[in-house]
Amino acid sequence: MIEIDARGLSCPIPVLQTKKALEKNPTEVTVLVSAKVQVENVTRMARSKNYEVKSVEEDKKEGFFKIHLARKSK
Amino acid sequence: MRKESIVVILSGGIVGLLSVLLTVKIFGDNTNPPNMGFCIACFERDTAGALGLHRAEPVQYIRPEILGIIIGALIASLLLREFRSEGGSSPVLRFLLGMFVMFGALVFLGCPLRMVLRIAGGDLNGLIALCGFIAGVLVGVLLLKAGFNLGRAYPLKTINGWILPAIIIVLLILAITVPVFNPKASALPDGRTNSPIFSSIKGPGSQHAPLLFSLIAGIVVGVLAQRSRLCFAGGVRDTILIRDIHLLSGFIAVFAVAFFGNLIAGKVKFGFEGQPIAHTEHLWNFVGMALVGLGSVLLGGCPLRQLVLAGRGNTDSSLAVLGMVAGAAFAHNLNFASSPQGTTDWGRAIAITGIVVCVLIGLLNREKS
Repeated sequence: MIEIDARGLSCPIPVLQTKKALEKNPTEVTVLVSAKVQVENVTRMARSKNYEVKSVEEDKKEGFFKIHLARKSK
Repeated sequence: MRKESIVVILSGGIVGLLSVLLTVKIFGDNTNPPNMGFCIACFERDTAGALGLHRAEPVQYIRPEILGIIIGALIASLLLREFRSEGGSSPVLRFLLGMFVMFGALVFLGCPLRMVLRIAGGDLNGLIALCGFIAGVLVGVLLLKAGFNLGRAYPLKTINGWILPAIIIVLLILAITVPVFNPKASALPDGRTNSPIFSSIKGPGSQHAPLLFSLIAGIVVGVLAQRSRLCFAGGVRDTILIRDIHLLSGFIAVFAVAFFGNLIAGKVKFGFEGQPIAHTEHLWNFVGMALVGLGSVLLGGCPLRQLVLAGRGNTDSSLAVLGMVAGAAFAHNLNFASSPQGTTDWGRAIAITGIVVCVLIGLLNREKS
């Protein structure tokens, strides 16, 4: 499982880091981001790369989101 | 179509519509200047002038649109529970980048939003500027691919995110009351005094829609831009970088609605010459907007997006906004800013300097992967 910590990074760096990780074709990836907008951006990009969002958990105390991505079975 | 796409296209369309409405006589005879329903750079510059940070008399007015955008973004982010005080991602560099973005915008005479509005009014100089903007974004994209990163922003105590919105509320009170702080500051030839808070008597700064209309239009744009993440630099950047036209579709919606709105209002006049608040120096329209495109990509968003992020608690974006305000003051005090007569020697020099500085900032902030 690859984990990307993109918390607090400006657009479009969380998306770029996720894209780079997905290019290695992993089955599952976890991405940490701080803002809702980054959740939307990472989700949009992942879908275009044939990955699905399995879950988005919000850590309210620390103020970040944990996105679980998984490769779609063909 | 996904809901997200509908939101961004609808938001772009409403921004385009309001931009036209602010330049037509619906609530009285005074309106915003032509092709300038909104211009983030020009309006921050006018606001800097109103406070006397520069003394270019034709461009001094607290623009309620700017205040409204931040208030709107603040309201939307509170309602959507997205308000978040954060900062610490290279704040001084962001201030500097904001300054240079303003220098570029004032060489061209408009921010990316006004560039779109100028094209929608038939101003073909805007098309040259668009080519420059795309070129600048492209350089920014190359730097991003090389690992450019200004570092993480960290959560801050809530009060930090409220500082800029609080300043905006103070400015709103000043805009409504227009107090005279220093009657001796400037006596006009006709015996009247033009004192801080300044408000232009002639020139673009004197052309403005009624305060309440401007303020409400700004709030609407702020709410929509926070909700839809509308960003002009992001639109071009994502199209090139990740083949994603999501944000670009908002950009196109602004253009389409503004163009048809201008057609209906009889305001479309195609050509390079004689366009309102514009000059025809193609090379410098290109270079000025290239600087805006490059600087905006390094900041992570265009001037509109910086305002919106500042409204939702991002203090790094507050610094970029303050950098733009300082940049506007420098640009007029030091004669960097263009006028309809054309660019200045200093303006051309600072535009080139700005591109060099931005590329250096880009190269010196690469992160090894």
